[in-house]
Amino acid sequence: MATLEIKDLHVSVNTEDGAKEILKGVDLTIKAGETHAIMGPNGSGKSTLSYAIAGHPKYEITSGSVLLDGEDVLEMTVDERARAGLFLAMQYPVEVPGVSMSNFLRTAATAVRGEAPKLRHWVKEVKEAMSDLDIDPAFAERSVNEGFSGGEKKRHEILQLGLLKPKIAILDETDSGLDVDALRVVSEGVNRYKGSSEVGVMLITHYTRILKYISPDFVHVFAAGRIAESGGPELADKLEAEGYVKYIGKQEAASIG
Amino acid sequence: MAVTTEDQQHGLTAHSHGAGAPVTSRADHFTSFDVNAFEVPGGREEIWRFTPMKRLANLHNGAEATGTATVEVTAAEGVAVETAARGDERLGTAGTPGDRVAAQAWSSFTEATVVTLPGDAKSEPTTITVTGPGAGQVAYGHLHVHAKPFAEGVVVIDHRGSGAYADNVEFVVGDGAHLTVVAIQDWADDAVHVSAHHAKLGRDATFKHTVVTLGGDVVRLTPVVTYTGRGGDAELLGLYFADAGQHLEHRTFVDHAVSNCRSNVVYKGALQGEDAHTVWIGDVLIRAAAEGTETFELNRNLVLTDGARADSVPNLEIETGEIEGAGHASATGRFDDEQLFYLQARGIPEEQARRLVVRGFFHEILLKIGVPEVRERLEAAIEAELEAVGA
Repeated sequence: MATLEIKDLHVSVNTEDGAKEILKGVDLTIKAGETHAIMGPNGSGKSTLSYAIAGHPKYEITSGSVLLDGEDVLEMTVDERARAGLFLAMQYPVEVPGVSMSNFLRTAATAVRGEAPKLRHWVKEVKEAMSDLDIDPAFAERSVNEGFSGGEKKRHEILQLGLLKPKIAILDETDSGLDVDALRVVSEGVNRYKGSSEVGVMLITHYTRILKYISPDFVHVFAAGRIAESGGPELADKLEAEGYVKYIGKQEAASIG
Repeated sequence: MAVTTEDQQHGLTAHSHGAGAPVTSRADHFTSFDVNAFEVPGGREEIWRFTPMKRLANLHNGAEATGTATVEVTAAEGVAVETAARGDERLGTAGTPGDRVAAQAWSSFTEATVVTLPGDAKSEPTTITVTGPGAGQVAYGHLHVHAKPFAEGVVVIDHRGSGAYADNVEFVVGDGAHLTVVAIQDWADDAVHVSAHHAKLGRDATFKHTVVTLGGDVVRLTPVVTYTGRGGDAELLGLYFADAGQHLEHRTFVDHAVSNCRSNVVYKGALQGEDAHTVWIGDVLIRAAAEGTETFELNRNLVLTDGARADSVPNLEIETGEIEGAGHASATGRFDDEQLFYLQARGIPEEQARRLVVRGFFHEILLKIGVPEVRERLEAAIEAELEAVGA
């Protein structure tokens, strides 16, 4: 049973004006099978948390620890973290011209699984996974994310989630920029994977609307670089009604309209 | 990723531009078969300013031939291969030397190789292997490829070996012919190669010219395309990979003097290692008579390590407003760390991720080469380049 333990995590980012501390002591434990929603206003450091865990070179860990089943994640390279079972569905997936989606998926699956998947099974597996997410098979031959719409990119992130089968999945604003249909398809994809595995999910979002599709076990309010309040699903309802005013001293809605 | 891009469309007025654009028009560029008509270049001249003259083995300064390059032709059925002596009237018909080294090669070659593709017929690929004269030796050569009217075929020119070699390579593409050329420069580390390619396209002729430059100390290639009839279509593709200390220079010139012709130039290069240097100069001239011209040129460079330098200068001169379209783009960028992060975040080890990105960068060119056996070899060669530095 996988456990991700984040203890007193402090993270800085280098800017033109020198290092700026974004995360100011984050404590969070995510166990297998649990879904934690991280909700917070813009600029509170939610994305920094996800990138820091995944190992983006722009972010510097100044203190604290991140352990996956007791192993020190911060000592691992980016790819080692992924192979250890961490997955980050990115808010802004990167375009890689000239590398086909099918080549990319197979290369990634080979790396994460430790051996090349048998071609016949693999083709079938990818085909089904794409169909489940309403992805046109023609995308397999297109370059990774190149020219994809926002919704298409997010579907492909969730496609990778299903194929790479991580122990811990971090979904960074996967709902942003999605219309109602796309949000439903993407959420169903996440739920399908949750249903088929014991994955622990960190669901980062600004808005409560994705929580209508993916039910969290825990809700954490993120403000000013740390967790300001934790609770159950009822905390999301409260945010829906009151917004983030209590945490940041000004009004910022957590619901749309 | 630090990228500078200039994408521009031109149409209505006559003008030229590009960083360091020549003061004079390309139309005034001097050409001659007489080596003495050219002054010995010192390196400050516009056409030589990027070239390391000291490393040219005096090819520009009267170096005499001390050896010969070996030319072996594996001809497809129906393709004629001959050797021709100086004075053969076919030689020199595709173009005139445009710099002193090309004129020197014209004056100094002992025997030309003439390859003729039969007209109104499709032939299998023909391979011409040119092996340098050996380390410390100097040689000059001449190659003439003639695709007769409505011929269709592929010619691969494979350069390898050591030494200094200068040559003129002619392509006469007859009316309605389709000629595909792949010129591979896979020289040994010491080699110096200065080569002028001259292509003359007939009416409705299609010419696809791919240059692949990987090995050699200094390689300088100057492909020139001219048209003699309407409907000519030239595609100039280039792929180069410079390692530490290498100087790889490509100067393309498409001379649109006839109406309703087309040209498309796409060159892509990668650089790695201290003092790896690449130069791409893309000249396109649309003369007043060349109404209905359609042209585009693009150069992209991927700098993989510190200490490497890519120069990229597109020059587009337009003397008529009555054209279909004309444009150019040039960009040189560092390796994109975000791409690397994304691939690694999916479990792909860094080294493999780098290769994926570089392979992806060249993919467009490799796809267009259209000669499967060449493509496979080049993919392997690019892999080897990447392994060399452990990128």
